[in-house]
Amino acid sequence: MSSPRLEIIERYCKGCSICVEFCPTHVLEMDGFLATVVRPEACIGCMQCELRCPDFAIKVYKE
Amino acid sequence: MAFNYEQYLRPGKLPHIWCPGCGHGIVLKGLLRAMDACHLDKDRTAVVSGIGCASRLPGYVDFNTLHTAHGRAAAFATGIKLARPEMTVLVVGGDGDGVAIGGNHFIHACRRNIDMTYVLCNNYIYGMTGGQFSPCTPMGDKASTTPYGNPDPTFDIAKLAIGAGATFVARTTAFHATQIDKLIAEGIRHKGMSVIEVLDDCPTAFGRRNKFRSVVEMMKRFKETAVPAATAAKMSAEELQGKIVTGILHREERPEYCEQYQQVIDRARGA
Ligand SMILES: Cc1ncc(C[n+]2csc(CCOP(=O)(O)OP(=O)(O)O)c2C)c(N)n1
Ligand code: SF4
Ligand code: SF4
Ligand code: SF4
Repeated sequence: MSSPRLEIIERYCKGCSICVEFCPTHVLEMDGFLATVVRPEACIGCMQCELRCPDFAIKVYKE
Repeated sequence: MAFNYEQYLRPGKLPHIWCPGCGHGIVLKGLLRAMDACHLDKDRTAVVSGIGCASRLPGYVDFNTLHTAHGRAAAFATGIKLARPEMTVLVVGGDGDGVAIGGNHFIHACRRNIDMTYVLCNNYIYGMTGGQFSPCTPMGDKASTTPYGNPDPTFDIAKLAIGAGATFVARTTAFHATQIDKLIAEGIRHKGMSVIEVLDDCPTAFGRRNKFRSVVEMMKRFKETAVPAATAAKMSAEELQGKIVTGILHREERPEYCEQYQQVIDRARGA
C-alpha cells in the first residue's frame, strides 16, 4: 500500500504549527511560517493534521 | 479521505480573517462536518451570529446566513425559527457576544426551549476588540482591562444554560476536534434549545497575555485538563478543580416553543 498523498495549500497556511506538533509520525516540519512535508513515507494517514488545521490548508488523500 | 469542506464554503473566501492558530477555524470545520452528517439542506438552514471574531463564521458558510447586532444573535434566530419553523437554525458566537452583552437573549432562548443549536465559542476574552475581559475570563487571568488579574468570578456557561432551561447542553474544546462535530450533530438532532460550548483558543488576545508561549501550548492545556463527563461524575469537587468537563452534560425532553406557539395560533383562530 502506498503512503497517503499530502497537499499543503500554501496560500492558506498561516504557520501556526499545530499540524507539525500533533502529527504522530513527524511527517511535517515548519519551514519558517509554512508547514512542509519532509517525511511523506512515514505518513500513516491518521488525518490528525487535516482535522486540526484551523485554516483548511492541509489535505490527506488516501488510496 | 480528505473531507470536502469546499462544498459548504462560499467560493473565494479563504484564507479566512482569523489569526494563525485561532480555534474559530477549527470550530468552523467541525460545524461543517456536523452539518454534513445531518444532511442539512442549504436552503432550509440558517446560520446566525452577532458580532465578534467568532461571529464572522457565518460569512464563510454557503447556507442562509445572518450577521446581526452584537449580542442579538439569539433574538434574530428566534424570529427566523418562529416565522419558518421548518428551518434548521444554528447560532454561532463568542463568549462576549453570547453571555456578556447577549446574556439576556441567551437565557431566554434557553427558557423557551426553542428548537435551535447554539455553538458558543468560549475563548475567555473579547478577541475582536483587543482583549478586554469577558464574564468567562478565568479569575486571576489577564486581559487588557484586567492587567493585574481578573477579580470577577467566572460564568459556567453550561450551568447557566441548564439553569435557564436548555434541554441539550454539551461542552468540548478546540483540541477535541472530532467531538466538536459529534456534539453539534447531536445538538442539531435534538428538538429544543441545544447549547454546545466549545472552549476555544485566542492566542492573540488571551494566550499572549497569559503566558502561553504558543497556540500549541493552548491546545495541550485543553488536552490535559479535559475530563469526560462520565469520569468527572466519579471525581470530587477538589479533584475537578481546574478541569474542563466535556461531553453531553444535560439532556431532557420538554415542550418546544414553536409547537407551543402554534397552539396559541390555533386557539386564537378558533380551531
Ligand atoms: C453594541 C456593541 N457594543 C460593543 C461592540 C464592540 N464589540 C465588537 S466585538 C466585541 C466582543 C467580541 O467578543 P466575543 O463575542 O467573545 O468574540 P471573539 O471576538 O472573542 O471571538 C465587542 C465588545 C459592538 N460591536 N457593538
Ligand atoms: S495524516 Fe497523520 S501521519 Fe500523515 S501527516 Fe497527517 S498527522 Fe501525520
Ligand atoms: S495547521 Fe494548517 S495553518 Fe497551521 S501550520 Fe499546519 S497547515 Fe499551516
Ligand atoms: S483576536 Fe483572537 S479570536 Fe480574534 S481572530 Fe485573533 S485569535 Fe481569533
